[in-house]
Amino acid sequence: MLEVKNISKTFNAGTVNEKQALRGLSLTLNDGDFVTVIGGNGAGKSTLLNAIAGTWKVDEGQIMIGGVDVTKYPEHKRAAFLGRVFQDPMNGTAATMGIEENLALALRRGKKRTLKKGISGDERRLYRETLAKLGLGLENRLTSKVGLLSGGQRQALTLLMATLKKPRLLLLDEHTAALDPKTAAKVLETTENIVNQDHLTTLMITHNMKDAISIGNRLIMMNNGQIIFDVAGEEKKRLKVEDLLKKFAEASGEEFANDRMLLAN
Amino acid sequence: MEIMSLINALPGAAAQGLIWGIMAIGVYLTYRILDIADLTVDGSMCTGGAVCIMMMLAGNNVWISMAAALAAGMAAGLVTGLFHTFMGIPAILSGILSQLGLWSVNLKIMGKANQAINVDKFPLLVSMRFNKNVPFFKNTILIVVLVTVILIAILYWFFGTELGCSLRATGCNGKMARAQGINTDFSRVLGLMISNGLVAFSGALLTQYQGFADINMGRGAIVIGLAAVIIGEAVFGKIFKNFGFKLLSVSFGSIIYYLVLQVVIWRGIDTDLLKLLSALVVAVFLAIPVWKEKYFSGIGKKSGGPGKNLQERGGRA
Repeated sequence: MLEVKNISKTFNAGTVNEKQALRGLSLTLNDGDFVTVIGGNGAGKSTLLNAIAGTWKVDEGQIMIGGVDVTKYPEHKRAAFLGRVFQDPMNGTAATMGIEENLALALRRGKKRTLKKGISGDERRLYRETLAKLGLGLENRLTSKVGLLSGGQRQALTLLMATLKKPRLLLLDEHTAALDPKTAAKVLETTENIVNQDHLTTLMITHNMKDAISIGNRLIMMNNGQIIFDVAGEEKKRLKVEDLLKKFAEASGEEFANDRMLLAN
Repeated sequence: MEIMSLINALPGAAAQGLIWGIMAIGVYLTYRILDIADLTVDGSMCTGGAVCIMMMLAGNNVWISMAAALAAGMAAGLVTGLFHTFMGIPAILSGILSQLGLWSVNLKIMGKANQAINVDKFPLLVSMRFNKNVPFFKNTILIVVLVTVILIAILYWFFGTELGCSLRATGCNGKMARAQGINTDFSRVLGLMISNGLVAFSGALLTQYQGFADINMGRGAIVIGLAAVIIGEAVFGKIFKNFGFKLLSVSFGSIIYYLVLQVVIWRGIDTDLLKLLSALVVAVFLAIPVWKEKYFSGIGKKSGGPGKNLQERGGRA
């Protein structure tokens, strides 16, 4: 489904702030893979997701989604294949527009925007049904402005928008990190339900190692712009947080010293 | 006697306010919907007037002349849009560049710094001579009200379409818009074109109204436009929630601006100071939301607040 071949990206090349964020990284995802991504700060996790989403072009390498070479596609064109949820709940939705208007924008992802009505009557039924599944009562607030919703509600809505039109690949960039633990758990549960139900190929960054182990069928660990550990299936299920910490120290020669990660356990 | 001179001046002020109101709606589209402060309008206002008057002097129909003015304004918006997106120049600077360039373009269109048109010899749609003592269907205020209502109706429809929604999403959250497959560069260019088309259309009406086009006629238009937007929001913001009514409130804001201006002039204030006064009033009104956030809200609010928005405004989101 996703083939990332030998991609590299350097930011601020030639300046004192030069940062080689991705170093010849390759990754292949099979149809239906649910991959969790962990790694320290600056490991290149978000950079990898942004490279796939096309936030900027990679310096080297090739990215294929569903057999299509998207390496040269601009961000909005790649969106046709992707569903994305960002870390900041403010990023995924348009605050000044209504809930239904946001969903309508998402439903038209990958389609040409014409002079037809922005929302048709039958769509509203679909939105109401899908929103009802979230169990947040949003189905009765279709015309409310998204800016009035809480962070958790906005993140859940963004998740719906990302998956309303079944994407080839779902990219989740620490989408529960900015939420309180209870809301985070709820959004994570919703994520699993949607991904399992639609058999979505998913790449999910998380700072929570327990989640990384318990969710999905494959786990990759990144460090310094490369994948240093890739485990799937039974072997992944048997992993423990200590194993990951040890693995990280081994591969990188550094302690996995990150308060946020340790606290998350 | 004195108050009569004010009362006599009011219809003219209202008509002017209405005409500038169309320009202000153009400013509203870029400033509030696309989140860009577009300075092109200072030039495209005159472009509209210049194109309209030269077309009419050459014997063209008034509607065709105004359509040409609209198209010329859209072309100006296109240039600014391309400066901004294709060439990656910050929005504010793109507008300034277009505005400067338009000065020469406007001079070339008119051939000299100003051109007059005789209301008795040409079939003008509006004129300050048509404010009073004409059959009601020729009354300038009525005609501009009709034009404004029609324009608002068209804009209301457009911003409810798929394409219009993509423009709104672009202005509200560019990152989200791109993630939903919207070409935000295209949206920005299109928005700038529509906005400057309206501004030039307003310039075409203003030229007919005052009977001449002048190279300086659009100077400070952005400030007047912002004033109208802000006054409209301050007075009607609480009652008008619907998008169509919001556009209407911009037009009302512009009328209020011109009525107040008329009163100020009537009170005998040095007219040389009017622009300074306008600039200061707009500056204070722009500051109010920032001050509110800074001094009158609880600390520890997580959202960026308007201060952050203002800084981001004009950059590429």
